[in-house]
Amino acid sequence: MSVVLEDKKQAFLANFVAKSADKDSSIAKQEALKALENLEFPTTRDEYWKYTRVGKITNANYSQSPSFNVSDISRYLVEGLGAYLVVFVNGFFSEELSEISQAKGITICPIAKARKEHVDEFDQHFGRLSKHESQFFSAVNTVYNTNGVYLNIEKNSVVDKPIHMINLTDAANAAYNPRNLFIVEENAEVTIINSYETISGSSFTNSTTEIYVNEGATVDSYILQNQSETSKQVNEIDVVQKANSIYTANTVTLNGELVRNNYNIEVKGQGCKTNLYGLCLTSGNQHIDNHTIIDHIEPNCESNEVYIGVLDDSSTAVFNGKVFVRSEAQKTNAYQQNKNMLLTDDASAYSKPELEIYADDVKCSHGSTTGQVDEEAIFYLRTRGVSELNARKMMIRAFANEILENIKIDALRAVLESKIDERFS
Amino acid sequence: MLSIKNLHASVDGTEILKGLNLEVNAGEVHAIMGPNGSGKSTLASVLAGKEDYEVLGEITLNGKDISDLAPEERAAEGVFLAFQYPVEIPGVSNVNFLKTAVNDIRAFKGLPPMLAKDFLKLLKEKRALVELDKKLTNRSVNEGFSGGEKKRNEIFQMAMLKPKLAILDETDSGLDIDALRIVANGVNKLKSADNATIVITHYQRLLDYIIPDFVHVLYDGKIIKSGTKELALELEEKGYDWLIKPEMAQ
Ligand SMILES: Nc1ncnc2c1ncn2[C@@H]1O[C@H](COP(=O)(O)OP(=O)(O)OP(=O)(O)O)[C@@H](O)[C@H]1O
Ligand SMILES: [Mg+2]
Repeated sequence: MSVVLEDKKQAFLANFVAKSADKDSSIAKQEALKALENLEFPTTRDEYWKYTRVGKITNANYSQSPSFNVSDISRYLVEGLGAYLVVFVNGFFSEELSEISQAKGITICPIAKARKEHVDEFDQHFGRLSKHESQFFSAVNTVYNTNGVYLNIEKNSVVDKPIHMINLTDAANAAYNPRNLFIVEENAEVTIINSYETISGSSFTNSTTEIYVNEGATVDSYILQNQSETSKQVNEIDVVQKANSIYTANTVTLNGELVRNNYNIEVKGQGCKTNLYGLCLTSGNQHIDNHTIIDHIEPNCESNEVYIGVLDDSSTAVFNGKVFVRSEAQKTNAYQQNKNMLLTDDASAYSKPELEIYADDVKCSHGSTTGQVDEEAIFYLRTRGVSELNARKMMIRAFANEILENIKIDALRAVLESKIDERFS
Repeated sequence: MLSIKNLHASVDGTEILKGLNLEVNAGEVHAIMGPNGSGKSTLASVLAGKEDYEVLGEITLNGKDISDLAPEERAAEGVFLAFQYPVEIPGVSNVNFLKTAVNDIRAFKGLPPMLAKDFLKLLKEKRALVELDKKLTNRSVNEGFSGGEKKRNEIFQMAMLKPKLAILDETDSGLDIDALRIVANGVNKLKSADNATIVITHYQRLLDYIIPDFVHVLYDGKIIKSGTKELALELEEKGYDWLIKPEMAQ
């Protein structure tokens, strides 16, 4: 590595040192520290980062996280959801803003606390899925994370209400590394919402989440990215699924200057279902990049993946979805689709759905479409008296609906629908 | 009601309508016939406000020049086009779209949105008029509809919007005999002394049900002959050659 690059890397890492005061002696941290000696900033020469430049993240100067003074977070809540709330501001856990009543069969706590109080569970799971040895941002997170959510759902427990994690920033330019660990034991069921919002200013969020979906368990997860238009985010989600489990992720990106999501799903048991749904609505110069990997290792599993983009102004959306079907994974059903609607000539979509199949008895399909709004349909609607604005809104909503209709929580769907409508009025 | 004077329309430099004149009074039914490609659907689109054409000439509706109005403004003024090829719009429900249409038109006229119960009542009433299956009204606009179902849906929408000037572009094509009767019946029931209908058709058959006051022949972008309903019978018998040939000889 050149001296200049090395200096740049050290300068970037220096943003985080002061904040990682918490004692973490995990093996993963040691591994990540070691990996960081050699890992460099990703560049577009790496296939994995081909369409996304990280300069906006790595060249920025971040302010030291100030103490925050936030008392009203009502506008970041989902009305009528009635969820467990775990709130972080500038990466710091806020006990006052959170509402974590303890219930039977579930443990929800800040990960910093779990590190001390649930040592065995923590050590068995932390850093076993994250890509900290090969991915720069994952390594940074593994070394410098300050806090996040630790979740343990006991065998056969059905969590009575959703768990809503709210990540807020309120600083000129905050940088933080949220780290989450979710362990969902056999036949347990849980719904997790993770939202990222900005109170003021800008931020760089470098999040890593590890999720263990054990035998027969069901996890419904939602990620809602709605940060300020100057905020950046890299988000890694590493999942392992055991037999007969169902993992569903809905990723909705409404704002942010640069957002990169990396899903890595290992399907390590028979009879599993994996659903990955994504919707991004971009405008301005936004750049949204969704990378997903679903690795079918065992037979008789099903995966469904649909990502939809509605791209306005001169924004960009990238989709790269890889599905591996290993030689043992016979009778796999894998479906993958990416659809983009370009609202202007300046918007661009890069789409790369990929299937790598090593088994012979499988049903797999993938596809990708990029197009404009159907002007014939707009004309048709307008001849009936529908205003042009409403006609366009209807067409966009109809396009986005393929994802929205998968959202099982009515209150959340309603919030998203109104945010989308707002966006186009 | 509708007055068209010296209407020209071209697209990408090709002139399709070449100086067309037409007067339609309230209470009248006009049939427009003519060979394929003569410009009938183009006329319908231009009247509905399609923006792809370069248009010259004058179009007035009840004395008001509508040639610069957007399609939705023309709809609010009472223009309705039943499409020759209704567009399928996946994901947009028939009912929701009609509710928006009705209320956008009301907003244009400075009226408050229609009450939900009044809208449902209207919906039920008009659905019955064209005997449209309830399931179809709840589905996405025209998506997966059969050819005949699409045409019936057009007349259903027309019934919902109560236009002053309805233009039906080959609404009869693709309809079975019963559907043709039902659709024609619907059109006749909606007819009144202060609205007018233009039916574009190739067949006399429809005109047995919807009896026109005038029949026009559109050829090469112009109306080359107008007459009464007997003209349609004559065309059915003789085709268009006898009208076109002398024209070509000129
Ligand atoms: N967008 C366009 N670009 C080029 N030519 C066009 C366009 N739209 C229509 N035309 C041409 O204009 C002519 C008139 O078309 P139009 O659809 O109005 O005919 P029509 O009388 O309705 O025919 P039909 O009886 O087959 O429905 C045709 O020759 C058609 O090819
Ligand atoms: Mg036609």
